[in-house]
This record gives sequence, structure tokens and C-alpha cells, in this order.
Amino acid sequence: MGRIADAFARARTENRAALVIYLCAGDPDLKTTEELIVAAAEAGADVIELGVPFSDPTADGPAIQRAAERSLRGGTTLAKVLDTVRVVRRRTNVPILLFGYYNPILGYGEQRLVDDAAQSGADGFLVVDLPPEESAGLRGPAIEKGLDFIPLLAPTSSPERIAQAGRVATSFIYYVSMTGVTGSQATDLRSAAERAGALQRELGRPVALGFGVKTTGDVATVAPYVDGVVVGSAVVRAIEDAPTPEAAVTAARALVSELVKGLPRR
Amino acid sequence: MRYVPRLMQVPEAAFAGRYGPYGGRYVAETLMPALDELTRAYRESQADPAFQAELASLLHHYAGRETPVYFASRLSEIVGSRIWLKREDLCHTGAHKVNNTIGQVLLAKRMGKTRIIAETGAGQHGVATATSCALMGLPCEVYMGAEDVRRQAPNVRRMELLGAKVHSVSAGSATLKDAMNEALRDWVTNVRTTHYCVGSVAGPHPYPMIVRDFQAVIGRESRAQMLEQAGKLPDAVVACVGGGSNAIGIFAGFIEDETVRLIGVEAAGEGIETGRHAAPLTAGGVGVLHGAKSYVLQTPDGQIVEAHSISAGLDYPGVGPEHAWLKDTGRAQYVAVTDDAALEAFLQLCRTEGIIPALETSHAFAYLPALAEELGADADILVCLSGRGDKDLETVLQKLKERAEPSGPHR
Repeated sequence: MGRIADAFARARTENRAALVIYLCAGDPDLKTTEELIVAAAEAGADVIELGVPFSDPTADGPAIQRAAERSLRGGTTLAKVLDTVRVVRRRTNVPILLFGYYNPILGYGEQRLVDDAAQSGADGFLVVDLPPEESAGLRGPAIEKGLDFIPLLAPTSSPERIAQAGRVATSFIYYVSMTGVTGSQATDLRSAAERAGALQRELGRPVALGFGVKTTGDVATVAPYVDGVVVGSAVVRAIEDAPTPEAAVTAARALVSELVKGLPRR
Repeated sequence: MRYVPRLMQVPEAAFAGRYGPYGGRYVAETLMPALDELTRAYRESQADPAFQAELASLLHHYAGRETPVYFASRLSEIVGSRIWLKREDLCHTGAHKVNNTIGQVLLAKRMGKTRIIAETGAGQHGVATATSCALMGLPCEVYMGAEDVRRQAPNVRRMELLGAKVHSVSAGSATLKDAMNEALRDWVTNVRTTHYCVGSVAGPHPYPMIVRDFQAVIGRESRAQMLEQAGKLPDAVVACVGGGSNAIGIFAGFIEDETVRLIGVEAAGEGIETGRHAAPLTAGGVGVLHGAKSYVLQTPDGQIVEAHSISAGLDYPGVGPEHAWLKDTGRAQYVAVTDDAALEAFLQLCRTEGIIPALETSHAFAYLPALAEELGADADILVCLSGRGDKDLETVLQKLKERAEPSGPHR
């Protein structure tokens, strides 16, 4: 079992949901990203989704778009993100999921990326614009190297697509709580969590719910129903609002320490 | 590799949106079911005689089809081959875009969608979508880059008069690419009620197929018109290529006629060598943008690069996937001409034929002298005159003024 599956299993034995924290690599800079990963892990994040910035992030709302722009202005590339993973891996065992869009991956080369990601200590891939039917070129090599490929499901997914996600998942499945972009306001998080919980039972795989989860209260609403909760834009905003990189690390640590209070299932 | 027309590759119903290695569906999971739904609805509409009759009737009585093919005798004399113009500028709304929007809005109504969104560059697709929505009583919202809102102001006013809401997008390069990003974000949010009326042969499957099919009327008509008026097929067909919808539309009529050369003209902007251009087929690489694999302008790290063209409609760093396949197989050739060459061609058509072409279209004309030199006086060249240029007057006059005052500000 890989680090990601381990993290979900551990949370389950502790009768709580796993906390997945999104960070945009290179925002505000890659050195700070390293500190942010360590701080988030120490504060209780079970999995880090490390965003690889892309120029045209069509699934993201304004907060993550701005983070990606800042990061790209600073010269972040996929190769440098892998370097950061390699360095931070000496300091923490927290699972790191590379999260992003397909074009930078295609440019890097799928097999080469899998090799380099495995060597750097990354644990898997979640590519928002790479549905299962287009994913063979990345998924095959990833599985061979023992890296995870995380499929997504959405409120619009048909029964056939749900079954397909169940077949291709290697650890957890990411459930997008609403039709929308990241950072949108959730309208009914509880119903979305119930739906995600039903999918988890149906597929026999851990499901993590993301999109619209911002506060400890939101985490507590979702945690009873699914094995994982993802917080992204709220963390990115806390980093954006901090006046210095040091303050960003402090703010992220404080936010994650707060969010973990919503995880226990009583 | 040899180009095999789409319909011969696989049975129509099994076509999954691949043009060789290009095309596909690279979108968020949330949109995948909507693309399936659209594909199904489109197939049903194709098989429904009532739908086809309504579409044909609207294209004829409302949009003004068929459009003429016109022999441009004065231009022919100057250029040195016989030049024929397919007059899509005479379509209602002044460009070929309406062929597609009438079809898609009709389809959206059939699917029970209650809201239409679109992206637009030059504003021609936005105007055509707003027009079709006014005609069929559906609310319409159009995303347009802030830079394009500025340089195509008349079309913004037109869309508003037609009842559409225009969203100015200031992210990124504030042009067509960014407008499409924002339209995709709207669609992923409102996908259950909204149809996204894509304006070019770009985007995830089934869009490149649907838009091509709706634009193929250009090629069907002009093939028959050439046979009747010229007594033969043209030796070459030339069209400008941004996303590539007018080019695919006219190419579609000739793709199986192997003697007919197909030539797409991209925007070389300030010059290919300057890096400030909009010519992915000429100088880009293979990548994925807006849901399809094709040629794109990108950095070595896979970040999309801003395009540059005097023409808002060509100012796009991607291109439709079928063009990528036509290029690789050699069935079509792609060349690029600069802003300055397009401007010269614009002025020349105004004065020799009394036709003010769109700046997009002017790129196709700018390639004619080189092509005529190659093909000779006996050749017949058919050009897709994809749109009229009234919207470009301000850009052109500004450029001419800059030219008259060489010490003036450079962009």
C-alpha cells in the first residue's frame, strides 16, 4: 500500500476523516512551498495536494488562478516542483499528490514524469482535465511505478462514469461537491457529503470531497460521511493575505490546526 | 500518412472525436456527461428531417444563404491568377459565424437548455450567437477579452443591442484564449441549464465535429458554384485560420477532390521570427488547450503563450484538431502572413473590388500573390471571404495613422 492509502487507513482507524490540503507550488516561492508542506503536515494534514501551476486553469476560481499566476511569474516549472518534492521528502513523510493540468505533463513527457516523480518521492497524480478515457498514457506508467492515479467524480457523473472511476482508482476518488470552479460557495455541503458517502459505499473505495470546504464547520459537516475532506482555496487565500512568506507559513499552520478539529467522527 | 476523411475512418455513430492523434476530450469530469449529452442530441438532430428542414429554412430565409461565388476580375488581373470569392461576408451578421450559431442554438433549444453562453474574439461569433438567441428567444451571455472589447467596440454595442450580456475578461492576455477560459468556468458552473455555443472547430469533442458540419455548407455550396460558374473545380482553396472554422467549412467541400490544394493562412503577427504571432501550425508544438489535443503556442514547460495578431479573430494560441491532422497528413498546407501584409491586402481589396474585408479574412488575401506566382495565370483560386471589415475600421485607421507618422508611438 502506498503512502496515500496508508494515510486514509490511519485516519479511519482513528475514527476520523483524512484532511487533504491543497498548496499551489511556487506561491509565493518554492522555498516557502517547502516550509508550507512541512508546516501543514505538522499541523495535521494527512495528504498534500501540490498544485503544479498552469497558465490556463479552467477548473479554478479566482484565488487559485491568482496563485498560479504568481507562481508562474516566479519561474515555477514542473521540473522545479519535482526538485521541491525531492528536498522536502527528507523532512516529512506526508504523502504528496501532484495536482494540475495536462499540458505541462504532456510537454514534460508522461513516462519521464512518472520516473522523475517516483524518484523524487511524490505519491501520485490528479489531473483535472484528464478524464479516465484520455489517461492511459499517464495512468499505466504510474501504476507500474506504484504511484496513484486519482480519478474525479462530479454531481453530473452518470452511473457508467461512476463505475469507470471505481475501476481506475488506485487509492481514493476525488468527489467534486458541486458544479463549479474551485473556491465557489457551497450551497448544500451536507447533501453533497451524503452523496459522496453513498459513492464510497457503492465503490468500496475511500472518497475525498472537495470544492466549497472552507471552515472547520464545513469540515465537520463533511467528515461523518466520507473518508477524506479537501481544503484548497481557503488555504491559498490565507497564504495570499499574509504580508511575508514567514507569515504565510504561520497562517497556513494555524488554519490547518483549526481545520483538523472538524475531522473526528465522535 | 495519408489524410482519410473523418466519415471514412469510422462509422459516424462510433466517431469518438479523434483526428489521427488529435482532438479528444480533455476537460473536467463535471463536463464529460454534458459532452455525451450534446453528442447524443446532435446525432438525433441529424437524423430528424424536421430539424434539418428548420435549419435549412433559417439558413435560406433568415441568414441569406446561399451566398454567391463572385469572380473578382480586377483583383485577378493584379494578382495574376483567376480569383473567385465565396462571399460569406454577405451572410446575415456579416460573417460565416451565423451558419454555426443558428445550428447550435436550434440544437440547444431541442435539448431543453434555457441559457446560451459563448466566447468571442473579433466579436463576430458573439454577434452571431446574440442574433441567433434573439431569434429563438433565449438569454445570451458572451465572454470577450478586455483587449478585444476595446478594439472591436462596434461589435460589443451590437451584441448589447441584440439583448446579450457581454462580460469583459481581463485575465491573462485579455483576448480570445482568456474569454474561452472564462466561458468554460461559466459552463462548468451552470452546465445543467446552459449550452456553451463554441464558435470555432476547437474545444473538446463533439465541438470540432459539430462546428465543422454546420460550416460545411460553405464548401458544399462553393463546390457546386465553381463547377457551374468556372466549369471546373478550383486549383486551390484558400482561407484564413485562427481556430479554423471558415477554413474547415470551405475545405470540407473539396477534401475528397485530391487535385484541389487546400491552403490555410495563419497570422504571423509582427513576424514568426519575433515570436509575436498567432501561428501554432506554422511555429507551434503539440499540446492540449481548451479540451483538445492539437498544435498550440507554448513554452518548453508547457505553459500556453499569448498570441499576437492585428486581427482579434485570429489572436488565439491554439487551432482546431482537424487542421492539425490535415497538416500532418499533408492534405492541407499552412502558411502565415504578417499584420502588415494583411493590412495591405485589406486596402487592396477595398480599392480593387469595393469590398471591405475583415482583417481576419485579409490574411487569406495576403497570400494570393505568392500562390498566383506559383500556380500561374491559368489557375483558379477560390478564397473564403469569411467576413466583412466594418468592425475593423478603427484598428485600420489607427494603423494607417501610425504609419503616416513614423515618429509616433509603436505598440
